[in-house]
Amino acid sequence: MSRTAIELTNVSKVYRRYARRRQFATLKSALLSRSLVSDLKADETFPAVRNMTVSVQSGKTLGVIGRNGSGKSTLLKLVAGITKPTTGAVKVNGRISALIELGAGFHPEISGRENVFINGIMLGLTKREIGRRFDEIVEFAELKDFIDAPVKTYSSGMYMRLGFAVAIHVDPEVLLVDEVLAVGDEGFTHKCLDKFADFKRRGKTILLVTHSLGLVERFCDEALWMDGGQKKAIGDPMRVVGAYVLDVGKAEEQQLAAHDAKAHESAVSISPDDPASAALPDHPVETGEAPADMFKATEGRWGSREIEITDVELLDGDGLPGHVFQSGQPMTVQITLRSPLVMDDFVVGIGLFNAEGICCYGTNTSIEQFRAVKIHGDATARFTIESLDMVEGTYKLDVAVHKLDGYPFDYHRLLYTFRVKSRTKDVGIYRPAHQWEFSDAMVFSKDSVIDDAS
Amino acid sequence: MLRNLAALVRYRGLIQSLVTRELKARYRGSFLGFFWSFINPLLLLLVYSFVFSYVMPVADDSRVKPFALFMFCGILPWTWFSSSLLEASGVLISGGNLIKKVLFPAEILPIVTVLSNMIHFFFGLSILAAFLIWHQRPISLAELALFPLVVLVQLILTAGFALLLSALTVHFRDLRDILSNLLTFWFFATPIIYPYFSFPADSWQGQLLKLNPFTHLAITYQEILFFQGPVGHLKWLLVLGVISIGFFFFSYFVFDRLRDTFAEEV
Repeated sequence: MSRTAIELTNVSKVYRRYARRRQFATLKSALLSRSLVSDLKADETFPAVRNMTVSVQSGKTLGVIGRNGSGKSTLLKLVAGITKPTTGAVKVNGRISALIELGAGFHPEISGRENVFINGIMLGLTKREIGRRFDEIVEFAELKDFIDAPVKTYSSGMYMRLGFAVAIHVDPEVLLVDEVLAVGDEGFTHKCLDKFADFKRRGKTILLVTHSLGLVERFCDEALWMDGGQKKAIGDPMRVVGAYVLDVGKAEEQQLAAHDAKAHESAVSISPDDPASAALPDHPVETGEAPADMFKATEGRWGSREIEITDVELLDGDGLPGHVFQSGQPMTVQITLRSPLVMDDFVVGIGLFNAEGICCYGTNTSIEQFRAVKIHGDATARFTIESLDMVEGTYKLDVAVHKLDGYPFDYHRLLYTFRVKSRTKDVGIYRPAHQWEFSDAMVFSKDSVIDDAS
Repeated sequence: MLRNLAALVRYRGLIQSLVTRELKARYRGSFLGFFWSFINPLLLLLVYSFVFSYVMPVADDSRVKPFALFMFCGILPWTWFSSSLLEASGVLISGGNLIKKVLFPAEILPIVTVLSNMIHFFFGLSILAAFLIWHQRPISLAELALFPLVVLVQLILTAGFALLLSALTVHFRDLRDILSNLLTFWFFATPIIYPYFSFPADSWQGQLLKLNPFTHLAITYQEILFFQGPVGHLKWLLVLGVISIGFFFFSYFVFDRLRDTFAEEV
């Protein structure tokens, strides 16, 4: 009963890259140097998809995830038949409709009505079939009043909706979707999802390329994780998505570590009195002076260095340094200070900023009633957040040590970056600990497991 | 390759609607709209009449009188030919979106270009016909019966060039710039604004003219529509027809070989 709808056997797709010389080649020079044939050969090749063997049973939905450039879209184009595999075989049973670029064939000058017909024919319908579905298409696209206006007058949302409506009404056996769900407002997105669910119910096969991991978990029967053109994992969506998220976290970790190292290096390498510091527009790190507007979020470091911050580390619950933290887990900021002289007037402060530069939280030892007595030699201060109740995103850290009156010893502005990951996609700048309770008259079924404690 | 050619027949519905779209879109938004298809050749005819009657009157040869009408018989098919080639050379690049994102037989694009220009040629013909009647030129029905044949030969030849150029331009963009100059030269190397008997057949110019495929098309058009007497050029046309078919297959072969590179190059 269940037959294979999509079958890829050892499929590889190699894109050709030409060396620089090729870009300036003209027909004339090709003819003169008799290299017309050899110029058409690639100097270098780039495998976008490598040795993929995948089969999708009829009626199943396969979600394809992976980082940018991992070959997802190429895979989709191979299945759609838009590009041919370099080696291997692609077999698809049944009519395909590919939602790769919506409204790709629209002509801006002619009306939506005419475009629907032409686009439909391009996608493999006959004129009569389109005629029968026309009202439905227009209804779906919510363009009843504009269908006779030229497409160039449409907003990009209208354009996409019309393209989507035509493609989905081709009534394919195999539907290929490439990250097109962001075409409309919430309502339209829901309508698209409903349409997909309807497709599923009717036993159609769907291949979905997306970055929306929640969608893959909720919607797909199987997930395929691609990495570097290869199949990294395939199987149960929950498991594959979980493994993917973990891997992305690791990569981000490395990236942030590299970024911090760079920012820190350039901040340290310049001595506070070095006049050259002002002449480094690319690295506005060492400003020497505090910026005029303290609330303006520009990176930098300034201060007299009578007390110096020599190291800042972010530690997770196990005390291991890192840059990526799970929401709800503990995080510690460990600040290493050095004071060559004995000082008795100092305040250690911390500020957390989100990616937009908005201060989410700020505090210092003075605010919290710690009265400085003395610091001498190497010292550490640890600032522990028991539960990192923040929404997902990238955050930057201010670390400073200054006098009570504000005179800066060493001020590190936004030099440290970390990322908070969360399975819950809530929004805002802060997540208060919370609970939902419902009376009996309200019933929810919690189909997608949203659990930060996992 | 032959299977792909056969698939083209399946796509005739698409070709038809794309040609219609092309024609509709061209004048959309202009005040006179579709009438431009008639007005353009009419204005062209007026310009040439003016130039060759007042600016630089041509030698008084009773065989090519009225001269503007004679020229018009050659210019109309030439316009079809040259604008098809010019448009076809860019059509795969401008239609890149389709080739990259939709499963779409790419050869449809140059073919649509040729066909929509052919429709414009037909519109122009109606203007020409009106002037032929105005001047009361005698036209024999037997000669007119040959007209579809010459149109067919030109269609095959133009389609061959269009396919070849569209495919090669993807790899060599400079072809487009070369082409417009080449076409200007080609125009003057074809007996359109001068009659073919300006040069004796055995002179070097006459020999050279014979090598130009469009010479034979132009002469046949002129013999059918303008000159009195039998269509003496028929055997040349038939030879050209055979060559055109061969050329079309050659072009299609090249196009087919390069097909898989389009999606990556455009």
